[in-house]
Amino acid sequence: MNARQLLRSRPEGLYCPSGDFFIDPVRPVERALITHGHSDHARAGHGAVMATRETLDIMGLRYGTGFAGRMQEARLGETVTVNGVRVTFHPAGHVLGSAQISVEANGLRIVASGDYKRSRDPTCAAFEPITCDVFITEATFGLPVFTHPDPAHEISQLLTSLKQFPERTHIVGAYSLGKAQRVIALLREAGYGETIYIHGALARLCAYYEETGVPLGPLQPATVEGKADAPPAGAIVVAPPSAMDDRWSRRFADPLSCFASGWMRIRQRVRQRGVELPLIISDHADWDELTASIRDTGASEVWVTHGREEALVRWCELNGISARPLHLAGYEDEAE
Amino acid sequence: MERFAELLDRLVLTPSRNGKLRLIIDYFSTVPDPDRGYGLAGLTGGLDFPAIKPAMLRTLVMERVDPVLFDYSYDYVGDLAETVSLIWPSRGGGTAAPTLSEVVRRLAQASRSDAPAVMGGLLDDLSPSGRFAAIKLATGGLRVGVSARLTKQALAAFGEVDVHEIEELWHGLAPPYEPFFAWLEKRGPRPQNAALAPFRPVMLAHAVAEADFSTIRSEDYAAEWKWDGIRVQAVNQGGVRRLYSRTGDDISGAFPDLLEAMDFEGALDGELLVGDPQQRTGTFSDLQQRLNRKTVSRTMLRDYPVFMRCYDALTLDKRDIRALPYVERRELLEAFVSRLSPERFDLSPNIAFATLEELDEKRCNPLHPVIEGVMLKRKDSPYLPGRPKGPWFKWKRDPYTVDAVLMYAQRGHGKRSSFYSDYTFGVWSGPPEDPVLVPVGKAYFGFTDEELRQLDKYVRENTIERFGPVRAVRADRNHGLVLEVAFEGLQRSTRHKSGVAMRFPRISRLRWDKPAHEADRLETLEAMLPPS
Ligand SMILES: [Zn+2]
Repeated sequence: MNARQLLRSRPEGLYCPSGDFFIDPVRPVERALITHGHSDHARAGHGAVMATRETLDIMGLRYGTGFAGRMQEARLGETVTVNGVRVTFHPAGHVLGSAQISVEANGLRIVASGDYKRSRDPTCAAFEPITCDVFITEATFGLPVFTHPDPAHEISQLLTSLKQFPERTHIVGAYSLGKAQRVIALLREAGYGETIYIHGALARLCAYYEETGVPLGPLQPATVEGKADAPPAGAIVVAPPSAMDDRWSRRFADPLSCFASGWMRIRQRVRQRGVELPLIISDHADWDELTASIRDTGASEVWVTHGREEALVRWCELNGISARPLHLAGYEDEAE
Repeated sequence: MERFAELLDRLVLTPSRNGKLRLIIDYFSTVPDPDRGYGLAGLTGGLDFPAIKPAMLRTLVMERVDPVLFDYSYDYVGDLAETVSLIWPSRGGGTAAPTLSEVVRRLAQASRSDAPAVMGGLLDDLSPSGRFAAIKLATGGLRVGVSARLTKQALAAFGEVDVHEIEELWHGLAPPYEPFFAWLEKRGPRPQNAALAPFRPVMLAHAVAEADFSTIRSEDYAAEWKWDGIRVQAVNQGGVRRLYSRTGDDISGAFPDLLEAMDFEGALDGELLVGDPQQRTGTFSDLQQRLNRKTVSRTMLRDYPVFMRCYDALTLDKRDIRALPYVERRELLEAFVSRLSPERFDLSPNIAFATLEELDEKRCNPLHPVIEGVMLKRKDSPYLPGRPKGPWFKWKRDPYTVDAVLMYAQRGHGKRSSFYSDYTFGVWSGPPEDPVLVPVGKAYFGFTDEELRQLDKYVRENTIERFGPVRAVRADRNHGLVLEVAFEGLQRSTRHKSGVAMRFPRISRLRWDKPAHEADRLETLEAMLPPS
């Protein structure tokens, strides 16, 4: 069996013909294996879904309990056989519940990384490199210019700015699943004990993180229906990036816009978004993490997907690893 | 270095003036000597590392990075310094990153031959944002939207002193400014002794615009010829003699003949010219023989003697007369100049005129070819630093000249095809704190082969980017070559980003002496447009 017989790309997503299942399909399918709860990977309406407990819960929170016909929990490290194909979920270090999916048949193992990172994250289990023949890696930050600094350093920048501008509300744009909770947890690790104000879109997910044992400290809704009292000046407000640009953010005292994202490494991106304080905090691997992970898996072949495929393919060529871009439709290039 | 790099990044992104002030004050309050002093020098354009050329960056990075990966990255990032700072392979581990003082020390010691190695070593030792700041510092393009004036205001607030006190002291100070910070922090005396024979900020004129004529009443103004040399300030204080350019650069070394004759006590403002004031006033190209020279030969001194044609006085016989009205200063100046060496000093005469029409007539038919127009000075105006609007106007003979900054150069055709001889130039636009250059035209340069060679050399040494036969040349507030551009007329244009188009532009002069930030602004051109 060659690798393309085990997994191939179809319009719905990455498909395993002998197991008759898809990984992170973008359209409703009969059987889906899902790496993590971000909406471009986890869609509603599949016949059956197999994912980690947390990913299933997160999908339930986002889409309602009837988001799929059947649900099957995948335990990390436990191998399950699906129509004769051995399937194992391993932690990916991306967000709570995120997993890589190892697919194995006839002595050939392919690992689909989903989204992943290697830097420390107090809100989820750390990435484990899995030895494999073919490694399917994401490439969101697949250019050598992407080097993510230590997130603790970025958080210290935020705390410094709060001291410099104590009268301004610091609004931190952060994706509502994963990034927001990580920023809050990092602030707590840095000793910030004040109430943190959160946008309504984050409330359920933050509560869920706390239930699973990720302490986030005192949180309050940033806005309450019918109540005018905004957070005190100098507070930290965490909100999804989409809320940053609209009228929602203008109700706060002299808002100072911060954005926690790996894209903030590039000054042009920072300026385009009108961000005053960029925080380079990413839930995706940077260039060094991507290349180290490829090496760690020992894969002799690499498929590169969603992101800047060409540079990572080039790097593999330079390092004697065969590689090709894997074009999958439907993933949001910009998502983090 | 990290703190300085962070300051630069924050300043660029902080739109409000008060926010910028607060960031700078915070920097001075929390960063120790001597680093904060070098930070101050960086912000005020007080650091220059001529051995470091932007072109060397690309060579350095190409020695370390796969060219294909570099191209993908550069395409995405769009800025060379930023791409280099991010893609540079970090050595990781061990040694602490160098401080700003260390970075400045290493850059300053770099010679032409070891500059690439010095720059490479620094980039090895720094973090990505530190590398970006080091590149910007080394190649003189901080561009953080902070004027020297704003920085001085931050210093004033930091030390709780008046900003004029700082400006007065400024030119006597040198990085890393430790006694100065000690004074601001009330730990030391006001640093006075360093300021013997200091430069005092020069008063500059606005180009007169069509709209100004309705407000200028001829009886309120005196007129003088505008001479075509370079503006200088000659100071002798307690025997210490200095000749300054209008930006406060000490150019004494190049003009020993004038220095020798400066046997007075005071600070005079005037035009440096070649010749003998009683007999012959040389042209600007005569004067150019004496500019940009470290040493002067005896033949030079004989063939191209310099003298100063005085316009004004700031101090005379230990008395600061800047607050006096123009006419009173002129009277004092006239008596003062009459006591000076007649071979080296004379007075720029006032022009008698009753009406602006009469003055216009004289302006168009000047009594001497080295006159480039007239100056209008309000009789009651004190001598103010900078370019206040209203008291002084310059009214050039050829109304259609502007000072622009060289932005791109292209190889010529025919026998000049090996030279860069076709030039695109721009003027400043946007907020005064953070102006950008907008291209306003393109012209050939029609001067001597020697000048062409100099210009060609300048282009090659200051290239930041190449597109086929075109080179982009370093052009920012602190570095750039000013070109005087003459043209036949001006029209509105929707095809040009600047909104104006010149008719028959030609480069009339290379202004090696003029700092890039003093080139004209787009508003000056707009004021020349015919009424629509
Ligand atoms: Zn994701």
